[in-house]
Amino acid sequence: MSRAASASNRHGDLRNLLSIADLGPDIAAGIDEVMTLADSFVEVSERANPKVPALRGRTVVSLFFEDSTRTRLSFETAAKRLSADVMNFSVNTSSVKKGESLRDTIETIEAMGVDAIVVRHASAGVPRQIAQWATSAVINAGDGWHEHPTQALLDCYTIRQRLGDLAGRHIAIVGDIKHSRVARSNIAAFTALGAEVTVVAPPTLLPPSLEGWPVKVSHDLDAVLPTVDVCYLLRMQRERMHEALIPSLREYTALFGLTEARASKLADHALIMHPGPMNRGVEIAAQVADHPNAVIIDQVRNGVAVRMAVLFLLLGSGTAWGGDLDA
Amino acid sequence: MSAEDMQRATWRMAHEIIERNHGLDDVVLIGLQTGGIPLAARLAEALAKIEGVEVPTGCVDVAFYRDDIGLRPVLPEAVTDIPGDLNGRTVVLVDDVLFTGRTIRAALDALIDHGRARQVQLAVMIDRGHRELPIRPDFVGKNLPTRRDEAVDVNDEGVDLGEMVK
Repeated sequence: MSRAASASNRHGDLRNLLSIADLGPDIAAGIDEVMTLADSFVEVSERANPKVPALRGRTVVSLFFEDSTRTRLSFETAAKRLSADVMNFSVNTSSVKKGESLRDTIETIEAMGVDAIVVRHASAGVPRQIAQWATSAVINAGDGWHEHPTQALLDCYTIRQRLGDLAGRHIAIVGDIKHSRVARSNIAAFTALGAEVTVVAPPTLLPPSLEGWPVKVSHDLDAVLPTVDVCYLLRMQRERMHEALIPSLREYTALFGLTEARASKLADHALIMHPGPMNRGVEIAAQVADHPNAVIIDQVRNGVAVRMAVLFLLLGSGTAWGGDLDA
Repeated sequence: MSAEDMQRATWRMAHEIIERNHGLDDVVLIGLQTGGIPLAARLAEALAKIEGVEVPTGCVDVAFYRDDIGLRPVLPEAVTDIPGDLNGRTVVLVDDVLFTGRTIRAALDALIDHGRARQVQLAVMIDRGHRELPIRPDFVGKNLPTRRDEAVDVNDEGVDLGEMVK
């Protein structure tokens, strides 16, 4: 009873998951709660019939205003394995194209009776805006450069699975920090769990100011590599770069790509991670992506279990409305 | 009920399990999280001493199968651990207290997801009555008539009957 009973206190009124900070006030305890719950869903995922009836009769809508294959598929798989019904709102074929406002779209979806809305949008803050209008739970599946909290949770889970506790670990996040919602969520989550984070990037791919960020900064990947437990590579997001921030991809690869030569500088236990989709040959060499310490496929696999945990926490566990577990 | 009484009841139930199944071939003990785990371990120990057979023992958490999800807070206490395939096995579900029967209903659903057992039997230390579903135990440590609002606590020292904490 102890673990479960304290959960309601930890989350208080966790109704939406818009950012890692929503897991507070004790963020580390909130992340631990999700990871412990994910352990149960990993067991479910390994069964011949990987499905439980926990969210029967609940409806989850995926509302993606931006292209995504893996995140959408991961959320939909998670919802289906919990026996929830999944509605897929495809923006490209919807009335959004006819000029419907976001608010009208949300009101229309909610009128059909849904329990959770999974949102991805190119603009930061859209999920929070939707959460203010909606009565259903809102989960941020990535908003602009802001946050992608479930990615950070599955990354924490994958690291813990391979290396144990994150406290005291040194994690390098390499690449386009400026445009990366994955970096923002991961920095919040990793540091909350007691890891030390170094961001490695050319100055043009860093935010204008890193003041207040609990990270170290380096422009020299070769110097950082031997000291890290995790080398987390970000995708070069060409679609978000509207200005010439790097001279060329080839030059980026020469200085910041994880080539085979660079990968050999990593400690034997050090993990290589990437949120996908990878640009093989740009931020990561093709051979390095298939290295035994590259856990990129584990990240995808764990993503389903972690998203099941998030959906169950918000829709099923009852901790979301701060109830008493002993009742 | 004292700790000694519980130990005697455990041994009697172990003998009954052997008698009912004509031995322990294909028998699997599955404890319910969390109350059933210690009793399942003690039963396995008693069965090993009596028959000299190590019975596979596992545990099941029924949180995702409960019928009151959304009505009250529900979280799993531990990861389900089923020892191998249950197809064709005789499963003895083990719990500390049998009350409304709803937890056992959920456990039956959970078991079915792990294969088609040939038979499922139910062993409980305390049957306190007040069933809300057509479920009955096969092996009982003690029948203990209670009021609905009483609380039954089974622990290492024995069984306590108290007022439900409001």
